[in-house]
Amino acid sequence: MQSLTNRSKLVSNKKMTLSERLYIPAILAGLRITIYHFFKKKATIQYPEQQKIHSKIYRGKHVLKKDEQGRENCTACGLCAVACPAEAITIVAAERKKGEESLYREEKYAAEYNINMLRCIFCGLCEESCPKDAIYLTEIVAESNYDRNQFIFTKDMMVEDTETKGRIDVSDRRNGIRQGAV
Amino acid sequence: MPKVTIDDISIEVPAGTTILQAARMIGENVPPAMCYYSKLEGSGGKCRTCLVKVTKGSEKDPRPMPKLVASCRTTVMDGMEVRNTTSPEVTDARKGVTEFLLINHPLDCPVCDQAGECKLQDLSYEHGLAKSRYEFKRREFERKDIGDKIQLHMNRCILCYRCTQVAEQLTPERVHGVLNRGEVSEISTFIEQAVDNEFSGNMIDVCPVGALTDKTFRFKSRVWFTKPVNAHRNCPTCSGKVTLWYQGEEVLRVTGRKNRWNEVEDFICNECRFDKKETKDWQIEGPVSVDSHSVISQNHPKIELPVIQKLIESDKDSTQK
Repeated sequence: MQSLTNRSKLVSNKKMTLSERLYIPAILAGLRITIYHFFKKKATIQYPEQQKIHSKIYRGKHVLKKDEQGRENCTACGLCAVACPAEAITIVAAERKKGEESLYREEKYAAEYNINMLRCIFCGLCEESCPKDAIYLTEIVAESNYDRNQFIFTKDMMVEDTETKGRIDVSDRRNGIRQGAV
Repeated sequence: MPKVTIDDISIEVPAGTTILQAARMIGENVPPAMCYYSKLEGSGGKCRTCLVKVTKGSEKDPRPMPKLVASCRTTVMDGMEVRNTTSPEVTDARKGVTEFLLINHPLDCPVCDQAGECKLQDLSYEHGLAKSRYEFKRREFERKDIGDKIQLHMNRCILCYRCTQVAEQLTPERVHGVLNRGEVSEISTFIEQAVDNEFSGNMIDVCPVGALTDKTFRFKSRVWFTKPVNAHRNCPTCSGKVTLWYQGEEVLRVTGRKNRWNEVEDFICNECRFDKKETKDWQIEGPVSVDSHSVISQNHPKIELPVIQKLIESDKDSTQK
């Protein structure tokens, strides 16, 4: 039968030569390849001592932003939750009481804001849908864990800690979203 | 019967029908209406969003009308020809009207409970500009409680007068109305008097924006996370036919049943609206079919496909015969 491609090879049953029967040249050839790879540049890095530089628009763990006066931006409008293709976000809203004006920017705020990180696919649709500049994906890698319950990230894990840790810079992502580049 | 042609579709309607009603009978290219409410007498003519162009007055007098007319207040004549979406003049005028309506309307949709079922939101999405050209200060009011169950956000009001007409026509004694004139006019109860009537809650349903909202639903959830279900109960004061808005097992809100034009079928009493919020109070009829263009359909797409539904119905018919 004529082959469809001309890449097929006929199997020959010819006798091996002496050098082939010794196998030593073949073993040496194999060793040569192995030793050659010892001196090559490594593809892996020693995480977490060494860390790779992320691209400017890397999509990692979420941050809930505060404004210049340290008030939370999120008003629990629910657009991120409805935009989320993985349905990872759940929000419970509450009304701002008198005396809490320095904590929350608008009269409604998110009393609970949970993201199930096992569901999240880091697509960034939440930040794109946010009308209040409140949620962004950062360069921080979301922590792994042995316990499934620990993957439901609550508000206190995501809200920007302006007092002790300082602000998280999201200007690259913000500009990227505005230009439609991300 | 007069014959009217709206956007090249002709229909014969009873004499005295308005252009808007005729367009609703056709069911296509219907002008939006912010103030007109077919169940309320004397409503309409205030917001000007339903402006249309009459290109031919009637069979007897074929001259076009000199200006755009409010379709909710103009009755049809025999042989009238109307242009709505097919006229650039009309869409342009509507864009202007939308901009005017939004001059004082705050951009607080993320906070507002009406977002998702707000007619002004739909209107501005379709006809509005992304930016406001208005440079002056918007008028601002304090939030007010009208009774213990209704909240008035005067900032959001577009002065459609529907709620005062509800009070006038549904309840024997009206206790709230529009105070002052022009730019400073506002809805108010006289001397902050509580609206204390069995049917006062219907103001919430007729309000096209989020100016009058249900205090028992305030910030509970967003409209698109709740699931509307039709239900009824044996109510001594009203028809008892309502829509329940579920989130999980919980009834978050009770409203009147709204039709395609966002008008309630029956006005319901305050007991049904505010006090009966448990499943055991109601006889469930079935899910409300939500328009697929509405954001409410986001979380529960239609289960019955129209084709399958028709097959089931035809099957029923054949077995009955």
